[in-house]
Amino acid sequence: MAVVFERPRALTDQKFRYCPGCHHGIIHRLVAETIDELEIQDRTIAVASVGCSVFSYEYFDTDAIQAAHGRAPAVATGIKRAEPECVVFTYQGDGDLAAIGTAEIVHAAARGENITVIFVNNAVYGMTSGQMAPTTLIGQVTTTSPDGRIPSRAGYPIRVCELLNTLEGPAYLARVSVHDPRHVREAKKAIKEAFQVQLSGKGFSLVEVLSACPTNWHLSPLEAIGWIKEKMIPYYPLGKFRNTMEVKKHG
Amino acid sequence: MDRVLMKGNEAIGEAAIAAGCRYFFGYPITPQSELPEFLSRRLPQVGGVFLQAESEVAAINMVYGAASTGARVMTSSSSPGISLKQEGISYLAASELPCVIVNIMRAGPGLGGIQPSQSDYFQATRGGGHGDYRTIVLAPASVQEIADLVIEGFELADHYRMPVMILGDGTLGQMMEPVRIDGTAKVKIQAKPWALTGKKGRARNIINSLNLDPEKLEMHNRKLEKRYQEIKERETRAERYLTDDAEIVVAAYGIVARVCKAAVDRARAEGIKAGLFRPITLWPFPDMELNEAAGRAGNVLAVEMSLGQMVEDVKLALNGRVPVSFYGRVGGVVPTVANVVEEIKKVSEKYRKVK
Repeated sequence: MAVVFERPRALTDQKFRYCPGCHHGIIHRLVAETIDELEIQDRTIAVASVGCSVFSYEYFDTDAIQAAHGRAPAVATGIKRAEPECVVFTYQGDGDLAAIGTAEIVHAAARGENITVIFVNNAVYGMTSGQMAPTTLIGQVTTTSPDGRIPSRAGYPIRVCELLNTLEGPAYLARVSVHDPRHVREAKKAIKEAFQVQLSGKGFSLVEVLSACPTNWHLSPLEAIGWIKEKMIPYYPLGKFRNTMEVKKHG
Repeated sequence: MDRVLMKGNEAIGEAAIAAGCRYFFGYPITPQSELPEFLSRRLPQVGGVFLQAESEVAAINMVYGAASTGARVMTSSSSPGISLKQEGISYLAASELPCVIVNIMRAGPGLGGIQPSQSDYFQATRGGGHGDYRTIVLAPASVQEIADLVIEGFELADHYRMPVMILGDGTLGQMMEPVRIDGTAKVKIQAKPWALTGKKGRARNIINSLNLDPEKLEMHNRKLEKRYQEIKERETRAERYLTDDAEIVVAAYGIVARVCKAAVDRARAEGIKAGLFRPITLWPFPDMELNEAAGRAGNVLAVEMSLGQMVEDVKLALNGRVPVSFYGRVGGVVPTVANVVEEIKKVSEKYRKVK
């Protein structure tokens, strides 16, 4: 019997610890498929961050390291500078990347560091059980914004791709979503392009993936998908903000 | 190689290169900035990487990344910057990653000043960051010893798989002395099968300090404890000067020990049998060596550029067998030979009366 679907080689058989309806599993799979297709498993180094995906070093069947909260781009920089032939990627959530790790992500991008960042934005601190994140939407209720996020008290959500797009350094910036099969395919394409940018030595690449957190949004998995479409995408528009490869091709 | 005149900070850089270090991540801060400046010129000449990080926090995490690949890597800073690195140092210790961290101490607390100090002794020898861990702490007292200890520091770091700190001060970093660094000696770096290099056919390597199972984490803590015990037994270093017949032994490290050596000579010229004990490893503290040097002395005088930090280790080592006094200058003031001689006289007089 022909195998039509199986676990990517770049994923271990460790069971995911993610909640029902969480999108980390899909995103892990897309990264692993990319590693398989580009045949880079033997030279890839994954940098796990702090948050729900802290155990990603157990899921990716590659060499891996666990970084302190927010520091993954700095750790990835050290690895890439010492092992330039390796493919180095970080896997970070919004609290890790856009709050405590703001300096590290901005400067890794500004240096044009030749690494790939998978940035999972679910508008909430997941692992610590649903506090307000730097990406929490206006009006969104969390355990630390019980009246909804009010700008006069808690400021505004950060659009990371747009912020980094003001810098000269990045070679690839895209925002995608995985809330339906069409968008999953587009997300896969962007993740693969980001790794290809690194392989071609073009520099910093980042894919922001909008992701559901039904547990901390207090929604069913299906309602959470609706929330991405109706609330998140209008504030966080999908698309490619930077693609050095394409400019090269057409230019 | 002939001796050349070098600043302490530059000697650190040249010695690191001689030790096979090809990666440096740092951030400017007085009084150590000559070191990153020097390495920004030198490292590219030997095919290495110099990177000025966005912060000390980022720099130590770049060290964590480079060390995880098995490379010899160094960072440097001065007191306030070393405080910022503490989280990363804790991770390096927990993940058993070797590296060399240089602290050219300035006076604190807070932003403090830029003049020399030894007020980070507690931070350096008691961990500094969170959790039960140790770093080997080496305290040079001359530019030549800076170079020698940097090279030895890389060896110790690799051998024990842990961070090594070079603890100097603004004087040592800034002063020039003749130094011989043999850059032609072939460095043999031991194989590191644990390093991240890409799987390349083997089982994957993971560098990690997270362990949610208390029993397993305790096993890891015990493993580190065993290593620390081994280091305590094997790696203590100290210098003794005229301690055999000394009635008073001055205990001091780093640049202060140089001042105290001159003070010991002057006290001897004035008829006081003084000696000097200089710990070279601050952790592990040379307990046995101190007892051998000062066990028969009438009293011990600890001299530091702090309000009294190393003196606690001196007291712990002697455990009440010998009375211990303390003299310290702070805020960036370096004690003079006259200051120390006066203190030696005062303390000697006090214990003569007691007798």
